[in-house]
Amino acid sequence: MTTPYNVATIKTHVPDNDTDSKTILGFWIYIMTDCVLFASLFATYAVLHKNTFDGPSAQQLFSLKYVLTETIVLLTSSFTCGLAILSLRQNHKNKVLFWFSITFILGIVFLALELTDFRHLALQGDSWRRSGFLSSFFALVGTHGLHITVGLIWMLVMLVRVWMVGLSKGNIRRLTLLSIFWHFLDIIWIFIFTIVYLFGALGI
Amino acid sequence: MDIFANLLGKLNWHIFPQDTLTRGATVSMGLIVIALFVFITFKKKWKWLWKEWLTSVDPKKIGVMYIVVALIMLVRGGADALLLRAQQATSVGTSHGIMSANTFQQIFSAHGTIMIFFVGMGLMFGLINLVLPLQIGARDVAFPFLNLTSFWLFAAGMILVNLSLGIGDFSAAGWLAYPPLSELQYSPGVGVDYWIWSLQIAGVGSLLSGVNFTATIIKMRAAGMTLMKMPMFVWSVLGCVLLIIFAFPILTVTLALLFLDRTIGTNFFTASGGGNMMMYINLIWAWGHPEVYILILPAFGVFSEVVATFSRKRLFGYTSMVWAIGAITILSFSVWLHHFFTMGAGADVNGFFGIMTMVIAIPTGVKIFNWLATMYRGKISFKTPMFWFLGFVGLFTVGGVAGVVMAIPPADFQLHNSLFLVAHFHTMIVGGVLFGYFAGINYWFPKIFGFKLHEGLGRCAFWCWFVGFLLAFVPLYILGLMGATRRIDHYSPSLGWQPLFIVAGIGAVIIAIGVAFLFLQLVVSIIQRKQNLDKTGDPWNGRTLEWSIPSPAPFYNFAVAPVVNDRDAFWAIKQARKAGDKVEKPKYEDIVVPKNAPASIIIGMFALVFGFGMIWHIWWLSIICFIGLLLTIIVRTTSDDTEYVLEASEVEKIETELRLKRGYA
Repeated sequence: MTTPYNVATIKTHVPDNDTDSKTILGFWIYIMTDCVLFASLFATYAVLHKNTFDGPSAQQLFSLKYVLTETIVLLTSSFTCGLAILSLRQNHKNKVLFWFSITFILGIVFLALELTDFRHLALQGDSWRRSGFLSSFFALVGTHGLHITVGLIWMLVMLVRVWMVGLSKGNIRRLTLLSIFWHFLDIIWIFIFTIVYLFGALGI
Repeated sequence: MDIFANLLGKLNWHIFPQDTLTRGATVSMGLIVIALFVFITFKKKWKWLWKEWLTSVDPKKIGVMYIVVALIMLVRGGADALLLRAQQATSVGTSHGIMSANTFQQIFSAHGTIMIFFVGMGLMFGLINLVLPLQIGARDVAFPFLNLTSFWLFAAGMILVNLSLGIGDFSAAGWLAYPPLSELQYSPGVGVDYWIWSLQIAGVGSLLSGVNFTATIIKMRAAGMTLMKMPMFVWSVLGCVLLIIFAFPILTVTLALLFLDRTIGTNFFTASGGGNMMMYINLIWAWGHPEVYILILPAFGVFSEVVATFSRKRLFGYTSMVWAIGAITILSFSVWLHHFFTMGAGADVNGFFGIMTMVIAIPTGVKIFNWLATMYRGKISFKTPMFWFLGFVGLFTVGGVAGVVMAIPPADFQLHNSLFLVAHFHTMIVGGVLFGYFAGINYWFPKIFGFKLHEGLGRCAFWCWFVGFLLAFVPLYILGLMGATRRIDHYSPSLGWQPLFIVAGIGAVIIAIGVAFLFLQLVVSIIQRKQNLDKTGDPWNGRTLEWSIPSPAPFYNFAVAPVVNDRDAFWAIKQARKAGDKVEKPKYEDIVVPKNAPASIIIGMFALVFGFGMIWHIWWLSIICFIGLLLTIIVRTTSDDTEYVLEASEVEKIETELRLKRGYA
């Protein structure tokens, strides 16, 4: 049953059964799978973005000013999320609540801007049905928006949890994961901004 | 009436099967399910089932549930195969066989889908759950709740596929549902939607399992088990789960895009509107090719363990085996285009993918030679798992060579979509994947249940499978070369194909007898379990950690956390003991055990009904289920009360009882 060897003599590898470190590793692996998911959508967009089927092209549709506003709002939310995590490290509950609330509001503003844009496109007849290009545009940007929505629901749940229970060990772990998720969505948006909107404006 | 119609989406009274064959199948399946429910209620076993199995997060129990589902699905998929063989053997000239063309198409689509997703993947996740934590000396996987949730998503997908038998119909567009055939214009029914949602739900489960097992292997190996001391099965699982992580998100996207095309009128893969159907085929194979390696890699791992144990030798060429797995893992992402050389991508592109495909045969060949070299001058004992292994070596090599033949693009232009291809991939998947998992089940069964499976009946099963396989698929190679394409439901007698199709049909019947022997083996072994008890916990003179604990393995796996100093960790311990090393008295410790997780089955059932709503366009139902899903996840993930502590004294009591019960020293 037992072994003649002593655990103390083992220097090469020790198991790591700490819940926090396991969960954070697992979450990074999940983020990797999400990267592949977005990569597939980017690839789809790359293949279809010229298939306008006599409809409008990216150059005709997108306003860079509007998208820049969206981008600034989302980047700011990433910054405030970082501030929230700094407050978390200082174990300052009210500051955490404050900065995550700001992040939440900025996230809502971003989502509202995006949905307004989508609605505008759909109303002028340029919905996802119009062409392969617009289908892939709505799928890519929409999937990002869906992730933002999930992130916002998560943030709301965490705000209530922190407000009620405080900065417990479990909540610190969950907030750390949430901030990884939020920054990840920010990075994806940078790619969307570049590949969809900037390249689109240049007609590439 | 209008409101009522809207409430039920596309559901109406015409959804029930119209032809006798499907009706018969539906009624018999329904009766079996009802009988099962009545039996459990009569025996008052619901509470036990719920507490001990359905909500248990013990990976050994989850593994058993996976394998039970997979074996039931093997019968379902096997029945489909028999029907296909019967149709092709009889539907010549004026005779149109036993079923309509539409039914035939649904059956081959269901056969492929079920065999890959619910038999192959089921057996694979089953074995990984059973063995992986034991082999790395861990007490559980990294995320026990997630593990059970994966199983229930898998089960939900399985139930959806089988619902299509009685409610509506299944996809008639083949197991990968190529557009434009799978688009709404050409498949207006719910069949393709059933296909999409059952795979989507089961696929998310597989993806979560991939994340889970990767974290488990990285974080939870026993003290001293460096990467190059991991058992070969663990290496093969690592390759497999890395492939899952990188491949399954592509499937998720592809299925979602096809769903959008069919439901809200997007133009991803449509023939007009700026869609590109070849993109679907690229995307689905960018997942699909890694998928076949996902299935085969753990089977390679099983064989590595089986060969070493039954040859009583250390596995030959461990390092080269590891590199071979690594090479296969990476290369498997660079060959997907060989599934459609005929797309017309041009000679350069086809040439590249053809050469990459041939290159991948090299690491696979390395593995074959290493297994043979392990046997060389070994003390071989011919137990059932060894029979499966020897059958595998022959079939897999032949099938692999057939694959290399098809990797030559000009040859593939002839063989593409012929029965030669069908014979090739069945050789790999039956001869490789299934034989591997059958060997694994025979090998690890005593560790899980405490008694061995019946030897003689196991061998009968093997010989039926092996002989039946040759009879069923060698004719298909020949037919393919004669020009028979896959998925034909009728042909002219002047072609002279019928005798070969009849031989193939006889082969399929012999395989079916093999399946019957598998079940008979199980039943007889359970009845005669007293004679085959595994009292030592080490029935095969094993080499890895799982054999160092009693059989059946207690729910916490290891009473004392093991320490590893060698590749064949348990073998080294046994050798040291023989050389006079003293066995220390075990020092028991408190063990943290995860609590049962009813949330998993709730999530699975919400996903099932959600999928059903999406298939039939019953939007309100889907929305309710989605909210339910979300709430369950929120409640579960914000709860901190998920574990309890099993005290050291309690562990000692259980261990002592186990020893007394089994008559250990």
